[in-house]
Amino acid sequence: MSTHEDPSWLSERDALGPIQRKGVGPGPIGWLDPRGRGLGHVAFVANRITGLGLVAYLYLHLGVLSMLLFGEDAWGDFLRLATTTIFLWLDVVLLFGLLYHGLNGIRVTLVGTGFVPDRHRALWWAGGVIGTVVLTAGALHILGGA
Amino acid sequence: MTATEERTATRRLRVFRFKRGDERPHFDAFDVPVGPRTTVLDALVWVRVHRDHTLALRHSCLHASCGTCGLRANGREVLACVTAVRDLGLEITVEPIANIPVLADLVVDMRSMYERFPDEHPIIRRSELADGASPPEGIDEYVRFEDCIECGLCLSACPVVVTTGRYVGPAALAFAERVVEEPRGADVADLLAWADDPDGAWRCHAIFECTEACPSNVNPAARIMALRGSLLGRDLQAARKATPG
Repeated sequence: MSTHEDPSWLSERDALGPIQRKGVGPGPIGWLDPRGRGLGHVAFVANRITGLGLVAYLYLHLGVLSMLLFGEDAWGDFLRLATTTIFLWLDVVLLFGLLYHGLNGIRVTLVGTGFVPDRHRALWWAGGVIGTVVLTAGALHILGGA
Repeated sequence: MTATEERTATRRLRVFRFKRGDERPHFDAFDVPVGPRTTVLDALVWVRVHRDHTLALRHSCLHASCGTCGLRANGREVLACVTAVRDLGLEITVEPIANIPVLADLVVDMRSMYERFPDEHPIIRRSELADGASPPEGIDEYVRFEDCIECGLCLSACPVVVTTGRYVGPAALAFAERVVEEPRGADVADLLAWADDPDGAWRCHAIFECTEACPSNVNPAARIMALRGSLLGRDLQAARKATPG
């Protein structure tokens, strides 16, 4: 039974010839090459991008919270900035990222554990409808306070 | 467009070129006369006959049965023998399939795909459907071919393969699920153990590009998901047995 160690061709591939990637540049850059790709690929790339965005937001959030260390005035100044229209729109973008990543995660879990192995497209559209409704309601709520 | 214009239309092929010793690959452009039924393979053979006899490409059956002419046309994985040039626009970029080492031009080293298959289960199985028939001279036994034509298009289309050479990929996992689905007496426990690995069934991200690319309706992605279902079922059964009472 073969194992999952590096196969022999992997160690000698430089001698065999170049490994063609999709798109221009190395490795995952090819994920951004849209030529001939289907819905699953778009969903995957969007999931990666929103995931990276959420990780960046987490660190930004922790950084912002650290402003509490500088006293009530500093925090009050930040709150005034955070309730400007442009920041509220960024909240809407954040909500989109959360909804997309979360709903797509549920889709991938349902498909990926074999419960509905052949319904990935239908689930993506269903998540899209749910996400759009929640995003619209959320955006109205957030921007209503602007 | 008149019938004459249909016959004399020209398409530009940008063909990936690489030979041993080349520092890096490049593209050559060829203007190829095409008719309504000209396939990408027809166009490439025309290039080899009329423009550049050093163009390396692989083909055999000409009817989407052997899987040897797999390549990427305008970024999409296709079998060149059944893909009409007319469907691909005025300029067509032709590249070898991705994620597999290139030997020359459009020819890749398919060894890197076969090495991903589990060793102890043969890709081609003896057919039990022809038990009563005697094979003709020169053929040891009848074998039953599964739907997979081993073209490697799924491996090329998978965005996850690009991240690690250890991932066994859609073709091998779809094959494993096919055996699990219909073991015909084979012990599938070791096959499930083989698939139950971070670089096995669990590496897949359910993107379904392999299924989109598959010219033989194997639906590798759904098979990988079904394989995961089998793995979960196996583990749940084991947990139930291990629970006292």
